[in-house]
Amino acid sequence: MNANQNTQGGISRRETLQRGLYGAAGLMLAKGLGAGRVAAAAEADQAPNPAPVKAKAKSVIQIFLWGGMSHNDTWDPKPDAGYEYLGEFSQVINTNVPGIQLGGLFPELAKQADKFSLIRSMTHRNNGHETAAYLMQTGHAPGERLAYPSVGAVFSLFKSPGYQGLIPPYVVLTRPQGRFSEEGFLGPKFKPFATGGDPSAPRFEVEGVVARSITDDRQKARRELLGKMDTLNQLLADSPDLTAAEEAKNQAYELILGAGKEVFDLSKEKSELRDRYGRHTFGQECLVARRLVETGVPYVVINYPGGWDTHSNHFTTMRRQCPQLDQGLAMLLQDLSDRGLLDSTIVWCCGEFGRGPKVDWQPPWNGGRNHYGNVFSVLVAGGGFKGGCVVGSSDDKATEVKDRPVYPVDLLGSIYQLAGIDANAKLPHPMGLDARVLPSAAEGVKSAGLLTEIM
Amino acid sequence: MKLVFTCAVILLSVANTGAAAEVAPNVFQSSVPPQPAGKLDRLVFAKLSSLNIQPVLCSDAVFVRRAYLDVIGTLPTADEVRAFLDDADTENKRRALIDRLLERSEYADYWAMKWGDILRIKAEFPVNLWPNAAQAYHRWIRASIAENKPYDKFVRELLTSSGSNFRVGPVNFYRAVQSKTPETVASAVALAFLGSRTDSWPEDRRNGMAVFFSQVGYKPTSEWKEEFVFWDPLQATKVPGNTVPGRDAIGTAPKPPAEPSATAAEPTPPPAPSGPLTAVLPDGTKIELPPSRDPREVFADWLITAENPWFARSIVNRVWAWLLGRGIIHEPDDLRDDNPPSNPELLAFLEKEFVSHGYDLKHLYRLILNSSTYQLASVPRFSDRQAQANFASYPLRRLDAEVLIDAVNKITGTSDLYTSPIPEPFTNIPRDMPAIAIADGSITSPFLALFGRSARATGMENERDNKPVPAQALHMLNSSHIQLKLEQSPKLKALYESGRKPQAIVEELYLTILSRRPTDDEVKTAMAYSAAGAASNTGRSGKQSKASGSKRREDFLDVAWALINSSEFLYRH
Repeated sequence: MNANQNTQGGISRRETLQRGLYGAAGLMLAKGLGAGRVAAAAEADQAPNPAPVKAKAKSVIQIFLWGGMSHNDTWDPKPDAGYEYLGEFSQVINTNVPGIQLGGLFPELAKQADKFSLIRSMTHRNNGHETAAYLMQTGHAPGERLAYPSVGAVFSLFKSPGYQGLIPPYVVLTRPQGRFSEEGFLGPKFKPFATGGDPSAPRFEVEGVVARSITDDRQKARRELLGKMDTLNQLLADSPDLTAAEEAKNQAYELILGAGKEVFDLSKEKSELRDRYGRHTFGQECLVARRLVETGVPYVVINYPGGWDTHSNHFTTMRRQCPQLDQGLAMLLQDLSDRGLLDSTIVWCCGEFGRGPKVDWQPPWNGGRNHYGNVFSVLVAGGGFKGGCVVGSSDDKATEVKDRPVYPVDLLGSIYQLAGIDANAKLPHPMGLDARVLPSAAEGVKSAGLLTEIM
Repeated sequence: MKLVFTCAVILLSVANTGAAAEVAPNVFQSSVPPQPAGKLDRLVFAKLSSLNIQPVLCSDAVFVRRAYLDVIGTLPTADEVRAFLDDADTENKRRALIDRLLERSEYADYWAMKWGDILRIKAEFPVNLWPNAAQAYHRWIRASIAENKPYDKFVRELLTSSGSNFRVGPVNFYRAVQSKTPETVASAVALAFLGSRTDSWPEDRRNGMAVFFSQVGYKPTSEWKEEFVFWDPLQATKVPGNTVPGRDAIGTAPKPPAEPSATAAEPTPPPAPSGPLTAVLPDGTKIELPPSRDPREVFADWLITAENPWFARSIVNRVWAWLLGRGIIHEPDDLRDDNPPSNPELLAFLEKEFVSHGYDLKHLYRLILNSSTYQLASVPRFSDRQAQANFASYPLRRLDAEVLIDAVNKITGTSDLYTSPIPEPFTNIPRDMPAIAIADGSITSPFLALFGRSARATGMENERDNKPVPAQALHMLNSSHIQLKLEQSPKLKALYESGRKPQAIVEELYLTILSRRPTDDEVKTAMAYSAAGAASNTGRSGKQSKASGSKRREDFLDVAWALINSSEFLYRH
């Protein structure tokens, strides 16, 4: 309980600071000095709970490669592993950071390597989609207990008290990641807002916000009609239930008719910039993510359209999807950096696991890769993560961790710390149990420490 | 101080009644002054009169809608509403409707859904009941409700059954408990049937009750995910690998003899209980358990006797809360000495009635539903806490997620897709199945999750979350899900194209959606609306010309849209 109060106190202090920053000299300050340091200093003064490190990150963009992307075909290439491992991809390219190489499908990302770091020793040894996704989204071991909230829902819980924006604090582009990536036991209020629609379509129809075939005039007319026809509401206007519902409705209309929906209106962006992000769903999702972060949304997930569960047709799928991932992600990092947002925005990208480093040539796979949680790669950038580094490594065939294992709690714990969220804070558990943001060492969870080498 | 308070209440209620009379005198209220219909009402009205509250009865239109939603979780059709409203037998028609509703098949669906929350019917997460077992569990509960099994018998069977989770539905009560330790089982039993949260109990009482559940055994079979629940006094199933001869432990492949696991190599059975066990009943009585009897039976026999002061109290209070939105003891699953009932005589009366009628739940429903207390209006609303705790007006409650989507589907003649992420049988749900009839909490839809359906993890009443959040408003107001239902509705299309007069169409929409006829003013408002021109068309003459002229399909569609977004539709009132 105490931990909660402290954190909330921290948020309101930060909120005050944020407001100051958006004032006269605010933006300059944010770009120049780094808002995080100021905020952290203020927190260190007042917070009785020692806020461990400076909270630099205000927002997070998580690119979730559902299905699990191959690590050795992409960000942990092993050009000497032989055909059984390499399959069709043996090309390796240099990046703008000496000593860091990527698989040949990532030429654009190679130009941004100074902005991100790669974890090549991520491990949890779990090969089930749902259980592994649960691990990567919550840090908790799947088992017989209430489902824990995902990272995004935790951000929503701790960040929304200080967040004044119109857009919900936890947004998913465009479809939810699945049943273990949501609010867990926190309840519907902390569910991600899934936009639906397709941002690369002529009109991005955001579910509930931008409706097909309904003009703004008709929206207004309908709203007026509803006001006139809601007889019971007129009679019981003082009822707390109806007041709360009315408040929710007004907030909804701020999105439908107010400034809220403009955040999703990509026609406000230059056509040339949209081209550079890539005129495909993922590229335009990255652009929407940037626009969301710009307005202060604390947590945005891009749930990669299509997925990476390439048991078969692996090489074809990779040839099709990797260039889009490369283009969109590289441009996102470039654009965030150009706008001074990268310092305050964490970008992290990975699947729930990697894929078998050895190609499965047997039927029915015929050249596919299967689930693999022993070792895989994660890309992290911004918000206090250093760029141009590699954390840990896998062995020469990318089959096991060679050094510096990184477990889910290490990754998530680092993200929480950079965002100023106490990983030991209590969550409001419906049965009053002692539930923490991340499990402690006492629960037998494997940990090899936070990613201090890149923080 | 008290005097001032009471005066304020009177003033407020007068003001409220005045406002109501001005806007819509007959829509929500009956002009008949409420008379106590029996002892129940006399006990409530005495309280209200001591608070200086003069309650108001609800109108027939409010009653028909309320009765359908409260008793069968289903919106009445326009025809059903018309038949009820036009029935001239004002003396008996409410009673007759209640009798009919209690025999509908949706009665069993709806109350099985409610019990599903309390008894946690869910295939997976946080507890792995598994789909087959969840279906068997639900089937048994639904059948018990449909045949109106006496409540004491229902609970005794739940607690004492043995057998396969696939075949003997009630054994799943134990399997639906997290971690299944004697302590967690005792907590689940206390919450469900004593309405009590054991975390408020002294520790020895908790542990003493747990002893009754210390000999429940769980034994896998060779059928995937099948499990036997039974009385296991020797705790044979606690020994790893010790299952039915020739059968393997659940989920474990046959172990090659070459590498016997450490546990199988040295089977150390838990120490056999030395002498008879001593358990403690929740009332503090110590009981020495006879070795020849399943302790669950000893507990169940005590649980359902009239000597147990909590059993009947808990259920009558729960049913009361389900129907009237609030327990006489509130919350209904938080019975404690320091949480007294707002009207002890009323609670005692209900308990006595329930027990003397053989734990007959339908009798209890009838008793409450036929009371004037249940039939009070929600307008005026008496807002002070005493008035609410004494049921001065029917409280507003948002429709439960399942009931809400069923109502929208019924109005539009459309359906929703329900799926389970667990790749197992029973995950293909027929398109026309209402959400209230879904057996398994793992079978769901984005709508149900968004609107706060119970996660069925705790068995607590408040796990169902009907508090409004903006995402729900976005969904009802402007989602493609709802908009497409309105646009593609075969029922609404038939109505628009029926060639009836626009006024008649508006009336039909009101009967279908709000279960009542519109007032003249409401018809005028609807007729004046134009989807294309309303923004620019504000003059009075414009309204009149619209009222007489033709209406476009979009206009009716938006009227329907406004009605399903009105508080009157979204709330039980």
